[in-house]
Amino acid sequence: MTEFISDLARFSFLRYALLAGFLVSIACGIMGSYVVARRISYIAGAIAHSVLGGMGAARYGEVVYGLSWLHPLLGAITAALISALIIGLVSLRAREREDTVIGAVWAIGMAVGILFIFKTPGYNENLMSYLFGNILMVSREDLWLTAGLNLLILVTGLVFYRQFLAVCFDEEFALLRGLRVQAYYLLLLCLIALTIVLLVGVVGIIMVIALLTLPAATASYFSRRLWQMMGLSVVFSILFTSGGLALSYAPGLPAGATIIIFAGVVYLLVAAVSSALGGRRFIA
Amino acid sequence: MSENRYSEPVVELKHVSFAYHGTPVLEDVNLTVEHRDFLSVVGPNGGGKTTILKLILGLIKPAAGTVRLFGASPEKTRHRIGYMPQYTSLDPLFPVSVLDVVLMGRLRKGMNLWGYSKSDRLCAEEALDKVEMAHLRERPFFQLSGGQFQRVLLARALVSDPDLLLLDEPTSNVDAAIETGLYELLHRLNEKLTIILVTHDLGFVSHYVDKVACVNRRLLTHPTCEITGEMISAVYGSHVHMIRHDAKERDGVFS
Repeated sequence: MTEFISDLARFSFLRYALLAGFLVSIACGIMGSYVVARRISYIAGAIAHSVLGGMGAARYGEVVYGLSWLHPLLGAITAALISALIIGLVSLRAREREDTVIGAVWAIGMAVGILFIFKTPGYNENLMSYLFGNILMVSREDLWLTAGLNLLILVTGLVFYRQFLAVCFDEEFALLRGLRVQAYYLLLLCLIALTIVLLVGVVGIIMVIALLTLPAATASYFSRRLWQMMGLSVVFSILFTSGGLALSYAPGLPAGATIIIFAGVVYLLVAAVSSALGGRRFIA
Repeated sequence: MSENRYSEPVVELKHVSFAYHGTPVLEDVNLTVEHRDFLSVVGPNGGGKTTILKLILGLIKPAAGTVRLFGASPEKTRHRIGYMPQYTSLDPLFPVSVLDVVLMGRLRKGMNLWGYSKSDRLCAEEALDKVEMAHLRERPFFQLSGGQFQRVLLARALVSDPDLLLLDEPTSNVDAAIETGLYELLHRLNEKLTIILVTHDLGFVSHYVDKVACVNRRLLTHPTCEITGEMISAVYGSHVHMIRHDAKERDGVFS
Protein backbone atom coordinates (compact mmCIF):
# COMPACT_ATOMS: atom_id res chain seq x y z
CA MET A 1 0.00 0.00 0.00
CA THR A 2 2.82 2.44 0.89
CA GLU A 3 4.58 1.47 -2.34
CA PHE A 4 1.40 2.36 -4.24
CA ILE A 5 1.20 5.76 -2.61
CA SER A 6 4.85 6.64 -3.20
CA ASP A 7 4.72 5.42 -6.81
CA LEU A 8 1.60 7.47 -7.40
CA ALA A 9 3.77 10.58 -7.52
CA ARG A 10 6.28 8.94 -9.88
CA PHE A 11 4.10 7.24 -12.49
CA SER A 12 1.46 9.03 -14.51
CA PHE A 13 -0.17 5.71 -15.50
CA LEU A 14 -1.03 5.12 -11.83
CA ARG A 15 -2.56 8.56 -11.50
CA TYR A 16 -4.55 8.00 -14.68
CA ALA A 17 -5.75 4.65 -13.38
CA LEU A 18 -6.84 6.16 -10.10
CA LEU A 19 -8.60 9.03 -11.87
CA ALA A 20 -10.32 6.62 -14.25
CA GLY A 21 -11.57 4.68 -11.24
CA PHE A 22 -12.98 7.88 -9.71
CA LEU A 23 -14.69 8.91 -12.92
CA VAL A 24 -16.35 5.60 -13.73
CA SER A 25 -17.50 5.32 -10.12
CA ILE A 26 -19.88 8.24 -10.62
CA ALA A 27 -21.70 6.64 -13.55
CA CYS A 28 -21.41 3.24 -11.91
CA GLY A 29 -23.03 4.37 -8.66
CA ILE A 30 -25.96 6.11 -10.34
CA MET A 31 -26.78 3.56 -13.03
CA GLY A 32 -25.90 0.61 -10.82
CA SER A 33 -28.55 1.78 -8.36
CA TYR A 34 -31.19 1.72 -11.09
CA VAL A 35 -30.02 -1.77 -12.09
CA VAL A 36 -30.21 -3.12 -8.53
CA ALA A 37 -33.49 -1.40 -7.65
CA ARG A 38 -35.17 -2.55 -10.86
CA ARG A 39 -33.57 -6.03 -10.53
CA ILE A 40 -32.18 -6.17 -14.06
CA SER A 41 -28.58 -7.22 -13.43
CA TYR A 42 -29.05 -10.13 -15.85
CA ILE A 43 -29.85 -7.59 -18.59
CA ALA A 44 -26.68 -5.71 -17.66
CA GLY A 45 -24.79 -9.01 -17.90
CA ALA A 46 -26.04 -9.67 -21.42
CA ILE A 47 -25.19 -6.15 -22.57
CA ALA A 48 -21.70 -6.46 -21.06
CA HIS A 49 -20.91 -9.73 -22.82
CA SER A 50 -22.28 -8.57 -26.15
CA VAL A 51 -19.73 -5.77 -26.03
CA LEU A 52 -17.05 -8.28 -27.07
CA GLY A 53 -18.75 -8.59 -30.47
CA GLY A 54 -18.48 -4.87 -31.07
CA MET A 55 -14.89 -4.64 -29.83
CA GLY A 56 -13.82 -7.62 -31.92
CA ALA A 57 -15.49 -6.29 -35.06
CA ALA A 58 -14.00 -2.81 -34.63
CA ARG A 59 -10.52 -4.20 -33.97
CA TYR A 60 -10.84 -6.40 -37.07
CA GLY A 61 -11.83 -3.41 -39.21
CA GLU A 62 -8.97 -1.39 -37.74
CA VAL A 63 -6.30 -4.02 -38.45
CA VAL A 64 -7.53 -5.67 -41.65
CA TYR A 65 -9.01 -2.66 -43.46
CA GLY A 66 -6.83 -0.01 -41.88
CA LEU A 67 -9.80 1.94 -40.58
CA SER A 68 -7.86 3.80 -37.94
CA TRP A 69 -10.94 5.72 -36.74
CA LEU A 70 -12.62 2.46 -35.87
CA HIS A 71 -11.56 2.36 -32.25
CA PRO A 72 -12.68 -0.73 -30.28
CA LEU A 73 -14.46 1.65 -27.91
CA LEU A 74 -16.69 2.75 -30.80
CA GLY A 75 -17.51 -0.89 -31.48
CA ALA A 76 -18.21 -1.46 -27.80
CA ILE A 77 -20.62 1.49 -27.60
CA THR A 78 -22.45 0.37 -30.75
CA ALA A 79 -22.79 -3.23 -29.61
CA ALA A 80 -23.92 -2.21 -26.12
CA LEU A 81 -26.59 0.16 -27.45
CA ILE A 82 -27.89 -2.38 -29.99
CA SER A 83 -28.11 -5.08 -27.30
CA ALA A 84 -29.85 -2.71 -24.91
CA LEU A 85 -32.47 -1.82 -27.52
CA ILE A 86 -33.06 -5.45 -28.56
CA ILE A 87 -33.50 -6.63 -24.97
CA GLY A 88 -35.55 -3.56 -24.06
CA LEU A 89 -37.99 -3.97 -26.94
CA VAL A 90 -38.36 -7.69 -26.31
CA SER A 91 -38.99 -7.18 -22.59
CA LEU A 92 -41.57 -4.46 -23.31
CA ARG A 93 -43.38 -6.35 -26.05
CA ALA A 94 -43.12 -10.07 -25.30
CA ARG A 95 -42.39 -10.73 -21.67
CA GLU A 96 -42.68 -14.48 -21.73
CA ARG A 97 -39.51 -15.00 -23.81
CA GLU A 98 -37.41 -12.27 -22.24
CA ASP A 99 -34.92 -14.59 -20.53
CA THR A 100 -34.27 -16.56 -23.70
CA VAL A 101 -33.50 -13.40 -25.66
CA ILE A 102 -31.22 -12.13 -22.91
CA GLY A 103 -29.29 -15.40 -23.00
CA ALA A 104 -29.10 -15.29 -26.79
CA VAL A 105 -27.80 -11.70 -26.90
CA TRP A 106 -25.27 -12.63 -24.20
CA ALA A 107 -23.82 -15.61 -26.07
CA ILE A 108 -24.16 -14.39 -29.66
CA GLY A 109 -22.34 -11.17 -28.79
CA MET A 110 -19.44 -13.16 -27.37
CA ALA A 111 -19.42 -15.58 -30.30
CA VAL A 112 -19.23 -12.73 -32.82
CA GLY A 113 -16.35 -11.22 -30.86
CA ILE A 114 -14.43 -14.50 -30.71
CA LEU A 115 -14.78 -15.04 -34.47
CA PHE A 116 -13.50 -11.55 -35.28
CA ILE A 117 -10.62 -11.82 -32.84
CA PHE A 118 -9.71 -15.24 -34.27
CA LYS A 119 -9.62 -13.75 -37.78
CA THR A 120 -7.67 -10.64 -36.80
CA PRO A 121 -4.01 -11.10 -37.71
CA GLY A 122 -1.29 -10.52 -35.15
CA TYR A 123 -0.88 -11.22 -31.50
CA ASN A 124 -4.20 -11.00 -29.70
CA GLU A 125 -3.22 -9.41 -26.47
CA ASN A 126 -6.47 -7.43 -26.76
CA LEU A 127 -8.68 -10.38 -25.96
CA MET A 128 -7.31 -10.59 -22.45
CA SER A 129 -7.71 -6.88 -21.80
CA TYR A 130 -11.27 -6.89 -23.17
CA LEU A 131 -12.21 -9.79 -20.94
CA PHE A 132 -10.36 -8.82 -17.77
CA GLY A 133 -9.84 -5.07 -18.09
CA ASN A 134 -6.68 -3.01 -18.04
CA ILE A 135 -7.09 0.02 -15.87
CA LEU A 136 -3.31 0.50 -15.79
CA MET A 137 -3.31 1.07 -19.57
CA VAL A 138 -5.70 4.04 -19.43
CA SER A 139 -4.40 6.94 -21.53
CA ARG A 140 -5.01 10.66 -21.29
CA GLU A 141 -7.45 10.47 -24.27
CA ASP A 142 -9.30 7.60 -22.59
CA LEU A 143 -9.76 9.82 -19.56
CA TRP A 144 -11.30 12.63 -21.59
CA LEU A 145 -13.60 10.18 -23.32
CA THR A 146 -14.55 8.67 -19.97
CA ALA A 147 -15.23 12.11 -18.55
CA GLY A 148 -17.44 13.00 -21.52
CA LEU A 149 -19.53 9.81 -21.39
CA ASN A 150 -19.73 10.17 -17.66
CA LEU A 151 -21.13 13.67 -17.91
CA LEU A 152 -23.75 12.51 -20.40
CA ILE A 153 -24.84 9.65 -18.14
CA LEU A 154 -24.81 11.82 -15.03
CA VAL A 155 -26.89 14.64 -16.50
CA THR A 156 -29.46 12.38 -18.19
CA GLY A 157 -29.66 10.05 -15.22
CA LEU A 158 -30.38 12.93 -12.87
CA VAL A 159 -32.62 15.06 -15.10
CA PHE A 160 -35.03 12.15 -15.57
CA TYR A 161 -34.65 10.88 -12.01
CA ARG A 162 -38.38 11.12 -11.15
CA GLN A 163 -39.47 9.51 -14.38
CA PHE A 164 -36.93 6.69 -14.13
CA LEU A 165 -37.87 6.14 -10.50
CA ALA A 166 -41.57 5.88 -11.36
CA VAL A 167 -40.93 3.58 -14.35
CA CYS A 168 -38.67 1.30 -12.29
CA PHE A 169 -41.01 1.19 -9.29
CA ASP A 170 -44.36 0.74 -11.04
CA GLU A 171 -44.34 0.76 -14.83
CA GLU A 172 -48.11 0.37 -15.15
CA PHE A 173 -48.90 3.28 -12.86
CA ALA A 174 -46.37 5.49 -14.68
CA LEU A 175 -48.08 4.62 -17.97
CA LEU A 176 -51.48 5.58 -16.54
CA ARG A 177 -50.04 8.92 -15.45
CA GLY A 178 -49.28 9.61 -19.12
CA LEU A 179 -45.53 8.93 -19.04
CA ARG A 180 -43.92 7.48 -22.17
CA VAL A 181 -42.85 4.43 -20.24
CA GLN A 182 -41.34 2.55 -23.18
CA ALA A 183 -39.17 5.50 -24.21
CA TYR A 184 -37.93 6.02 -20.66
CA TYR A 185 -37.19 2.34 -20.17
CA LEU A 186 -35.20 2.18 -23.41
CA LEU A 187 -33.34 5.38 -22.52
CA LEU A 188 -32.50 3.92 -19.12
CA LEU A 189 -31.17 0.72 -20.71
CA CYS A 190 -29.06 2.77 -23.15
CA LEU A 191 -27.53 4.74 -20.27
CA ILE A 192 -26.83 1.46 -18.49
CA ALA A 193 -25.19 0.22 -21.72
CA LEU A 194 -22.90 3.26 -21.86
CA THR A 195 -21.98 2.80 -18.20
CA ILE A 196 -21.10 -0.82 -18.92
CA VAL A 197 -18.77 0.29 -21.74
CA LEU A 198 -16.99 2.60 -19.29
CA LEU A 199 -16.65 -0.16 -16.70
CA VAL A 200 -15.35 -2.68 -19.25
CA GLY A 201 -12.20 -0.59 -19.46
CA VAL A 202 -11.67 -0.99 -15.72
CA VAL A 203 -12.57 -4.56 -14.84
CA GLY A 204 -13.26 -6.15 -18.24
CA ILE A 205 -16.35 -7.73 -19.75
CA ILE A 206 -16.57 -10.73 -17.47
CA MET A 207 -16.55 -8.85 -14.17
CA VAL A 208 -18.61 -5.80 -15.14
CA ILE A 209 -21.88 -6.95 -13.58
CA ALA A 210 -20.17 -7.25 -10.22
CA LEU A 211 -18.74 -3.72 -10.32
CA LEU A 212 -22.08 -2.36 -11.51
CA THR A 213 -24.17 -4.06 -8.84
CA LEU A 214 -22.02 -4.66 -5.74
CA PRO A 215 -21.58 -1.00 -4.72
CA ALA A 216 -25.33 -0.36 -5.19
CA ALA A 217 -26.29 -3.58 -3.42
CA THR A 218 -24.00 -2.66 -0.50
CA ALA A 219 -25.43 0.86 -0.44
CA SER A 220 -28.99 -0.49 -0.37
CA TYR A 221 -28.40 -1.68 3.20
CA PHE A 222 -27.83 1.92 4.28
CA SER A 223 -30.42 3.80 2.21
CA ARG A 224 -34.08 4.67 2.49
CA ARG A 225 -34.42 6.28 -0.90
CA LEU A 226 -33.00 5.78 -4.36
CA TRP A 227 -30.96 8.99 -4.46
CA GLN A 228 -29.34 8.09 -1.14
CA MET A 229 -28.49 4.70 -2.58
CA MET A 230 -26.93 6.43 -5.61
CA GLY A 231 -24.76 8.74 -3.53
CA LEU A 232 -23.56 5.99 -1.22
CA SER A 233 -23.05 3.69 -4.16
CA VAL A 234 -20.70 6.23 -5.78
CA VAL A 235 -18.71 6.34 -2.53
CA PHE A 236 -18.51 2.55 -2.31
CA SER A 237 -17.55 2.34 -5.96
CA ILE A 238 -14.68 4.81 -5.45
CA LEU A 239 -13.60 2.87 -2.39
CA PHE A 240 -13.63 -0.45 -4.27
CA THR A 241 -11.83 0.75 -7.41
CA SER A 242 -9.10 2.76 -5.68
CA GLY A 243 -8.77 0.27 -2.83
CA GLY A 244 -8.58 -2.68 -5.23
CA LEU A 245 -6.03 -0.86 -7.35
CA ALA A 246 -3.86 -0.07 -4.33
CA LEU A 247 -4.10 -3.61 -2.94
CA SER A 248 -3.19 -5.17 -6.26
CA TYR A 249 -0.20 -2.95 -6.97
CA ALA A 250 2.64 -4.21 -4.73
CA PRO A 251 1.98 -7.96 -5.20
CA GLY A 252 1.47 -7.36 -8.94
CA LEU A 253 -2.04 -8.84 -9.01
CA PRO A 254 -4.55 -8.11 -11.80
CA ALA A 255 -6.27 -4.87 -10.75
CA GLY A 256 -9.73 -5.77 -12.12
CA ALA A 257 -9.97 -9.05 -10.24
CA THR A 258 -8.66 -7.48 -7.03
CA ILE A 259 -11.27 -4.70 -7.26
CA ILE A 260 -14.06 -7.26 -7.67
CA ILE A 261 -12.88 -9.44 -4.79
CA PHE A 262 -12.59 -6.40 -2.53
CA ALA A 263 -16.13 -5.30 -3.49
CA GLY A 264 -17.47 -8.81 -3.08
CA VAL A 265 -15.96 -9.28 0.39
CA VAL A 266 -17.37 -5.97 1.63
CA TYR A 267 -20.81 -6.75 0.19
CA LEU A 268 -20.89 -10.24 1.68
CA LEU A 269 -19.80 -8.91 5.08
CA VAL A 270 -22.54 -6.28 5.11
CA ALA A 271 -25.12 -8.83 3.91
CA ALA A 272 -23.99 -11.36 6.53
CA VAL A 273 -24.14 -8.86 9.39
CA SER A 274 -27.58 -7.70 8.26
CA SER A 275 -28.79 -11.26 8.03
CA ALA A 276 -27.37 -12.11 11.46
CA LEU A 277 -29.34 -9.17 12.86
CA GLY A 278 -32.57 -10.54 11.43
CA GLY A 279 -32.40 -8.87 8.02
CA ARG A 280 -32.21 -5.34 9.34
CA ARG A 281 -31.07 -2.31 7.37
CA PHE A 282 -28.54 0.08 8.83
CA ILE A 283 -30.46 3.32 8.60
CA ALA A 284 -30.88 5.97 11.22
CA MET B 1 -66.80 20.98 -11.12
CA SER B 2 -69.54 21.57 -13.66
CA GLU B 3 -72.45 19.20 -14.01
CA ASN B 4 -71.72 18.35 -17.62
CA ARG B 5 -68.44 16.87 -16.49
CA TYR B 6 -70.59 13.98 -15.33
CA SER B 7 -73.22 13.97 -18.05
CA GLU B 8 -71.62 10.86 -19.54
CA PRO B 9 -71.46 7.63 -17.58
CA VAL B 10 -68.10 7.25 -15.84
CA VAL B 11 -67.58 3.81 -17.34
CA GLU B 12 -69.56 2.19 -20.11
CA LEU B 13 -68.87 -1.29 -21.46
CA LYS B 14 -71.10 -2.37 -24.36
CA HIS B 15 -71.14 -5.94 -25.65
CA VAL B 16 -67.49 -6.36 -24.70
CA SER B 17 -65.70 -9.64 -25.36
CA PHE B 18 -62.09 -10.52 -24.71
CA ALA B 19 -59.98 -13.63 -25.18
CA TYR B 20 -56.44 -14.55 -24.15
CA HIS B 21 -54.82 -16.77 -26.79
CA GLY B 22 -58.17 -18.00 -28.04
CA THR B 23 -59.61 -18.73 -24.59
CA PRO B 24 -62.62 -16.47 -24.00
CA VAL B 25 -62.31 -14.53 -20.76
CA LEU B 26 -65.23 -12.15 -21.17
CA GLU B 27 -68.30 -12.58 -23.33
CA ASP B 28 -70.86 -9.92 -24.19
CA VAL B 29 -70.25 -7.86 -21.07
CA ASN B 30 -72.37 -4.78 -20.47
CA LEU B 31 -71.67 -2.46 -17.60
CA THR B 32 -72.56 1.13 -16.82
CA VAL B 33 -71.07 2.99 -13.88
CA GLU B 34 -72.57 6.36 -13.06
CA HIS B 35 -71.08 9.28 -11.16
CA ARG B 36 -70.72 8.52 -7.42
CA ASP B 37 -71.49 4.85 -7.79
CA PHE B 38 -69.66 2.50 -5.46
CA LEU B 39 -69.33 -0.66 -7.47
CA SER B 40 -67.71 -3.86 -6.32
CA VAL B 41 -66.60 -6.27 -9.02
CA VAL B 42 -66.52 -9.77 -7.57
CA GLY B 43 -66.02 -13.24 -8.95
CA PRO B 44 -63.77 -16.25 -8.77
CA ASN B 45 -60.07 -16.03 -9.69
CA GLY B 46 -59.67 -16.33 -13.44
CA GLY B 47 -63.25 -15.16 -13.91
CA GLY B 48 -62.20 -11.98 -15.73
CA LYS B 49 -62.14 -9.33 -12.97
CA THR B 50 -58.62 -8.18 -13.79
CA THR B 51 -59.45 -8.15 -17.50
CA ILE B 52 -62.36 -5.76 -16.90
CA LEU B 53 -60.07 -3.54 -14.90
CA LYS B 54 -57.42 -3.53 -17.63
CA LEU B 55 -60.07 -2.72 -20.23
CA ILE B 56 -61.25 0.26 -18.20
CA LEU B 57 -57.64 1.42 -17.81
CA GLY B 58 -57.10 1.08 -21.55
CA LEU B 59 -54.18 -1.30 -21.05
CA ILE B 60 -55.85 -3.84 -23.36
CA LYS B 61 -58.41 -3.47 -26.12
CA PRO B 62 -61.62 -5.50 -26.37
CA ALA B 63 -61.88 -8.13 -29.12
CA ALA B 64 -65.44 -6.95 -29.68
CA GLY B 65 -67.62 -4.20 -28.27
CA THR B 66 -66.72 -0.77 -26.93
CA VAL B 67 -65.20 0.57 -23.73
CA ARG B 68 -65.84 4.22 -22.88
CA LEU B 69 -64.33 6.06 -19.96
CA PHE B 70 -65.87 9.47 -19.25
CA GLY B 71 -67.42 9.25 -22.70
CA ALA B 72 -64.13 8.80 -24.54
CA SER B 73 -61.59 6.09 -25.24
CA PRO B 74 -59.74 5.13 -22.04
CA GLU B 75 -56.29 6.19 -23.32
CA LYS B 76 -57.54 9.77 -23.55
CA THR B 77 -59.27 9.97 -20.19
CA ARG B 78 -57.48 7.52 -17.93
CA HIS B 79 -55.46 10.29 -16.29
CA ARG B 80 -58.72 11.03 -14.44
CA ILE B 81 -58.48 7.63 -12.74
CA GLY B 82 -56.81 7.17 -9.40
CA TYR B 83 -55.50 3.63 -9.64
CA MET B 84 -54.43 1.43 -6.77
CA PRO B 85 -52.76 -1.76 -8.02
CA GLN B 86 -52.51 -5.05 -6.20
CA TYR B 87 -50.18 -5.06 -3.25
CA THR B 88 -48.20 -7.97 -4.67
CA SER B 89 -47.41 -6.26 -7.98
CA LEU B 90 -44.75 -4.07 -6.33
CA ASP B 91 -41.25 -4.82 -5.05
CA PRO B 92 -41.35 -4.36 -1.26
CA LEU B 93 -37.56 -3.83 -1.14
CA PHE B 94 -37.56 -0.94 -3.59
CA PRO B 95 -35.67 2.04 -2.11
CA VAL B 96 -38.42 4.67 -1.92
CA SER B 97 -39.97 6.63 0.91
CA VAL B 98 -43.70 6.98 1.54
CA LEU B 99 -43.60 10.55 0.19
CA ASP B 100 -41.71 9.43 -2.96
CA VAL B 101 -44.44 6.93 -3.75
CA VAL B 102 -47.29 9.37 -3.20
CA LEU B 103 -45.58 12.02 -5.35
CA MET B 104 -45.58 9.55 -8.27
CA GLY B 105 -49.31 10.22 -8.43
CA ARG B 106 -48.45 13.81 -9.42
CA LEU B 107 -46.40 12.77 -12.43
CA ARG B 108 -47.74 14.05 -15.71
CA LYS B 109 -46.76 14.50 -19.31
CA GLY B 110 -44.17 17.17 -20.00
CA MET B 111 -43.17 17.72 -16.41
CA ASN B 112 -40.52 20.35 -15.97
CA LEU B 113 -36.99 19.24 -15.34
CA TRP B 114 -36.85 20.56 -11.80
CA GLY B 115 -39.35 18.04 -10.64
CA TYR B 116 -42.27 18.36 -8.32
CA SER B 117 -43.66 21.77 -7.53
CA LYS B 118 -44.68 23.13 -4.17
CA SER B 119 -48.33 22.42 -4.95
CA ASP B 120 -47.42 18.81 -5.83
CA ARG B 121 -45.90 18.47 -2.39
CA LEU B 122 -48.88 20.09 -0.70
CA CYS B 123 -51.24 17.71 -2.50
CA ALA B 124 -49.08 14.78 -1.43
CA GLU B 125 -49.21 15.92 2.20
CA GLU B 126 -52.95 16.32 1.94
CA ALA B 127 -53.42 12.85 0.48
CA LEU B 128 -51.23 11.38 3.24
CA ASP B 129 -53.39 13.19 5.78
CA LYS B 130 -56.53 11.65 4.29
CA VAL B 131 -55.17 8.15 4.80
CA GLU B 132 -53.65 9.08 8.18
CA MET B 133 -50.10 8.39 7.09
CA ALA B 134 -48.62 11.90 7.19
CA HIS B 135 -46.49 11.12 10.23
CA LEU B 136 -44.75 8.32 8.30
CA ARG B 137 -43.89 10.34 5.19
CA GLU B 138 -40.14 9.71 5.51
CA ARG B 139 -40.54 6.01 6.29
CA PRO B 140 -38.96 3.71 3.66
CA PHE B 141 -41.34 1.43 1.85
CA PHE B 142 -39.76 -1.77 3.16
CA GLN B 143 -40.51 -0.79 6.77
CA LEU B 144 -44.27 -0.54 6.28
CA SER B 145 -46.86 -3.03 7.45
CA GLY B 146 -49.38 -4.46 5.02
CA GLY B 147 -52.08 -2.00 6.05
CA GLN B 148 -49.72 1.00 5.83
CA PHE B 149 -48.57 -0.19 2.42
CA GLN B 150 -52.18 -0.19 1.18
CA ARG B 151 -52.81 3.25 2.60
CA VAL B 152 -49.78 4.69 0.83
CA LEU B 153 -50.97 3.24 -2.46
CA LEU B 154 -54.40 4.70 -1.81
CA ALA B 155 -52.84 8.11 -1.12
CA ARG B 156 -50.95 7.84 -4.41
CA ALA B 157 -54.23 7.11 -6.19
CA LEU B 158 -55.90 10.10 -4.51
CA VAL B 159 -53.15 12.66 -4.98
CA SER B 160 -54.00 13.39 -8.61
CA ASP B 161 -57.51 14.49 -7.56
CA PRO B 162 -59.19 11.76 -9.62
CA ASP B 163 -62.83 11.49 -10.65
CA LEU B 164 -62.77 7.70 -10.44
CA LEU B 165 -60.99 5.49 -7.93
CA LEU B 166 -60.11 2.06 -9.23
CA LEU B 167 -58.89 -0.37 -6.59
CA ASP B 168 -57.53 -3.85 -7.31
CA GLU B 169 -57.84 -6.19 -4.31
CA PRO B 170 -57.32 -3.39 -1.77
CA THR B 171 -57.75 -5.61 1.28
CA SER B 172 -55.57 -8.57 0.39
CA ASN B 173 -52.99 -9.12 3.13
CA VAL B 174 -54.65 -6.87 5.71
CA ASP B 175 -56.48 -7.91 8.84
CA ALA B 176 -60.15 -7.35 9.51
CA ALA B 177 -59.69 -4.17 11.57
CA ILE B 178 -57.68 -2.47 8.85
CA GLU B 179 -60.16 -3.68 6.27
CA THR B 180 -62.98 -1.98 8.15
CA GLY B 181 -60.91 1.22 8.49
CA LEU B 182 -60.20 1.24 4.79
CA TYR B 183 -63.87 0.75 4.08
CA GLU B 184 -64.87 3.68 6.28
CA LEU B 185 -62.38 5.81 4.39
CA LEU B 186 -63.67 4.73 0.98
CA HIS B 187 -67.19 5.44 2.14
CA ARG B 188 -66.21 9.03 3.00
CA LEU B 189 -64.41 9.42 -0.34
CA ASN B 190 -67.50 8.12 -2.11
CA GLU B 191 -69.29 11.35 -1.21
CA LYS B 192 -67.37 12.98 -4.05
CA LEU B 193 -65.82 10.13 -6.03
CA THR B 194 -66.94 7.23 -8.10
CA ILE B 195 -65.34 4.04 -6.82
CA ILE B 196 -64.83 0.71 -8.54
CA LEU B 197 -63.34 -2.02 -6.44
CA VAL B 198 -62.17 -5.42 -7.62
CA THR B 199 -62.06 -8.24 -5.12
CA HIS B 200 -62.27 -12.01 -5.03
CA ASP B 201 -63.31 -11.83 -1.41
CA LEU B 202 -67.05 -11.56 -1.05
CA GLY B 203 -66.64 -10.82 2.65
CA PHE B 204 -65.54 -7.41 1.46
CA VAL B 205 -68.93 -6.68 -0.04
CA SER B 206 -70.26 -4.73 2.89
CA HIS B 207 -73.19 -2.39 3.20
CA TYR B 208 -71.11 0.51 1.83
CA VAL B 209 -71.12 -0.87 -1.67
CA ASP B 210 -74.20 0.10 -3.60
CA LYS B 211 -73.75 -2.10 -6.66
CA VAL B 212 -72.20 -5.48 -7.16
CA ALA B 213 -71.07 -6.88 -10.49
CA CYS B 214 -70.47 -10.62 -10.53
CA VAL B 215 -67.98 -11.65 -13.19
CA ASN B 216 -67.39 -15.16 -14.38
CA ARG B 217 -66.85 -14.83 -18.12
CA ARG B 218 -70.22 -13.12 -18.22
CA LEU B 219 -71.09 -10.17 -16.06
CA LEU B 220 -74.22 -9.99 -13.97
CA THR B 221 -75.02 -6.72 -12.28
CA HIS B 222 -76.84 -6.89 -9.07
CA PRO B 223 -80.49 -7.25 -10.02
CA THR B 224 -79.50 -10.09 -12.30
CA CYS B 225 -77.56 -11.65 -9.45
CA GLU B 226 -80.73 -11.62 -7.45
CA ILE B 227 -82.65 -13.48 -10.12
CA THR B 228 -79.99 -16.08 -10.70
CA GLY B 229 -79.04 -16.42 -7.08
CA GLU B 230 -78.96 -20.17 -7.29
CA MET B 231 -76.39 -20.07 -10.06
CA ILE B 232 -74.22 -17.63 -8.11
CA SER B 233 -74.47 -19.66 -4.96
CA ALA B 234 -73.25 -22.65 -6.93
CA VAL B 235 -70.10 -20.66 -7.70
CA TYR B 236 -69.63 -19.04 -4.31
CA GLY B 237 -71.35 -21.35 -1.89
CA SER B 238 -72.74 -19.69 1.21
CA HIS B 239 -71.07 -16.33 0.53
CA VAL B 240 -73.99 -15.25 -1.56
CA HIS B 241 -75.93 -14.71 1.63
CA MET B 242 -73.51 -12.00 2.69
CA ILE B 243 -74.52 -9.83 -0.24
CA ARG B 244 -78.17 -10.31 0.54
CA HIS B 245 -77.70 -9.74 4.22
CA ASP B 246 -75.79 -6.49 3.84
CA ALA B 247 -77.64 -5.05 0.89
CA LYS B 248 -80.29 -2.39 1.19
CA GLU B 249 -83.42 -1.93 -0.85
CA ARG B 250 -83.33 1.28 -2.86
CA ASP B 251 -85.56 2.54 -5.64
CA GLY B 252 -87.14 -0.83 -5.88
CA VAL B 253 -83.87 -2.29 -7.08
CA PHE B 254 -81.91 -4.71 -5.01
CA SER B 255 -78.79 -2.64 -4.61
